[in-house]
Amino acid sequence: MIWDEKIECMDLEEKKELQLKRLQKIVKKAYENVPFYKDKFDEVGIKAEDIETLEDIAKLPFTTKTNLRDAYPFGMFAVPEDEIIEIHTSSGTTGKPTVSGYTEKDLEIWSEVCARAITMSLGTKGDRIQNCYGYGLFTGGLGIHYGSHKVGANIVPISAGNTKRQIEIMEDFQTTILTCTPSYALYLAEVLEKKGLKPEEISLKSGIFGAEMWTEEMRDELEKRLGITALNIYGLTEVMGPGVANECPEKAGLHISDDHFYPEIIDLKTKEPVPDGEKGELVITTLTRDGMPIIRFRTKDITSITHEKCKCGRTLTRMSRITGRSDDMLKIRGVIVFPSQIERALLKINGLTPNYQIVVTRPGHLDELEVKVETSKELFSDEMRKMEAIEQNIANAIHNEIGLRVNVTLVEPETLPRSEGKAVRVIDKRKFD
Amino acid sequence: MKNKQISVFIENKEGKLKNAIEALSKENINIRALSIADTAKFGILRLIVSDNKKAKEVLEENNFIVKESEVIIVEVPDEPNGLNTILTYLDDEDINLEYLYAFVSSKSDEAIVVMRLENIEEGIKVLKSKNANILTEEDIKNI
Repeated sequence: MIWDEKIECMDLEEKKELQLKRLQKIVKKAYENVPFYKDKFDEVGIKAEDIETLEDIAKLPFTTKTNLRDAYPFGMFAVPEDEIIEIHTSSGTTGKPTVSGYTEKDLEIWSEVCARAITMSLGTKGDRIQNCYGYGLFTGGLGIHYGSHKVGANIVPISAGNTKRQIEIMEDFQTTILTCTPSYALYLAEVLEKKGLKPEEISLKSGIFGAEMWTEEMRDELEKRLGITALNIYGLTEVMGPGVANECPEKAGLHISDDHFYPEIIDLKTKEPVPDGEKGELVITTLTRDGMPIIRFRTKDITSITHEKCKCGRTLTRMSRITGRSDDMLKIRGVIVFPSQIERALLKINGLTPNYQIVVTRPGHLDELEVKVETSKELFSDEMRKMEAIEQNIANAIHNEIGLRVNVTLVEPETLPRSEGKAVRVIDKRKFD
Repeated sequence: MKNKQISVFIENKEGKLKNAIEALSKENINIRALSIADTAKFGILRLIVSDNKKAKEVLEENNFIVKESEVIIVEVPDEPNGLNTILTYLDDEDINLEYLYAFVSSKSDEAIVVMRLENIEEGIKVLKSKNANILTEEDIKNI
């Protein structure tokens, strides 16, 4: 099912025209209403009229998270403050939070793109959506909430946490769609298994998982253990919230609602746009954002895009699964390592739950990488040589993936910090001063 | 002839071993024998207890990973060469020993040895043919 066939399956040339028209309008609006943009555009000597083709977007300066932070709290608004009817903020885990303001129009757009995402994830009227994304300043909960209203599904706004209650609701209400972080979904699967509940005994058919990075292997695991179609949702508070992009059941990349969010991929070093299929940092421009236009936002998320039509019929630009963040990229002894690579390695080992934590230290002059992995009943043996072989196996699997020797430490189950919001996967204890 | 042993994964962290033991003592489970195998990073606690089922339940409730495995428990004369005699029986028949640990009982003059063998059936056969005293679960309860 497709929520808005006219837009989602639009002819590419026609869409480019639409995008260009919207881009010209938003650049003008930003320049005229937000001093930050006026200063920045003047600095490089660019005017709204200079945007004659979509490619001209590359002439515009980037907006970074730091810029948004500096504008805290309301410096990025392009409308009088009383036009703003809702405010969200980013988590602020990496510093002062960034503020996102929404006008009535913005909320309408947000509902619309989330409705598309839910429809892509098999959700429709009559579905019961258990929304375990946090409600509050975090955009996850409310974005899905608005989208669910739009498609006419039945939303259960349970929010994050309270696992016992989640399981109870899942059983009693027979929820059909689960929305949460993939790591929390995995935790719920563990708890269900502990209770002796099989996938066929619960009513879930799909999951809309996002807000953190995950892998294909994790998808297999979630689909098998919960008996669902597990789909990836993408979004970020700075440009809107969830629903910027979502996978359809073809699982061939996430469909970006590119009539509202214009994607570019830039080279990590040169910052120049790269061609389709090439990896780089995702940059997003909001084409329709009313209250707070965002021009060329550096997401720090690493992915690639394609403009090819999907088997499902949609022509929306597709982005591949996020494989890393340019800022959580670890450099260990000069080798670039992403936490997702460790996860991929762990999922290759039978009986292992991909609950892990990476600890980086530099005891002398060399980086040391320790990977803490929760052991499981299937792995545990009363014989030491078998346990040591398991640690060795894990170390080898990681070595194959990243090319580095690591120390593997088995820890007790459920002792690593669980993410009801976001997983703490990396602890970097190195000091770089 | 076989006995059940419980093994528990213990992270090498302050208080972890105590947590396990405390969980058992709260449920009045008596530890008959124990051994710990450890590396710098983790340990395996092996236990012979008065009530296997309950012990397993209690430990799992406390989030420990528990595994039950089969061992044989043999009485060994508490004198020089006592253990060696038993081991020779096994060695002569090429039966591999994974590990063993011993304890003494207040109710008998013999030492008691818990053995985990690669092939437990063969082991029992050999020890029986040599008239070694293999203890039953009932015997363990009465130690």
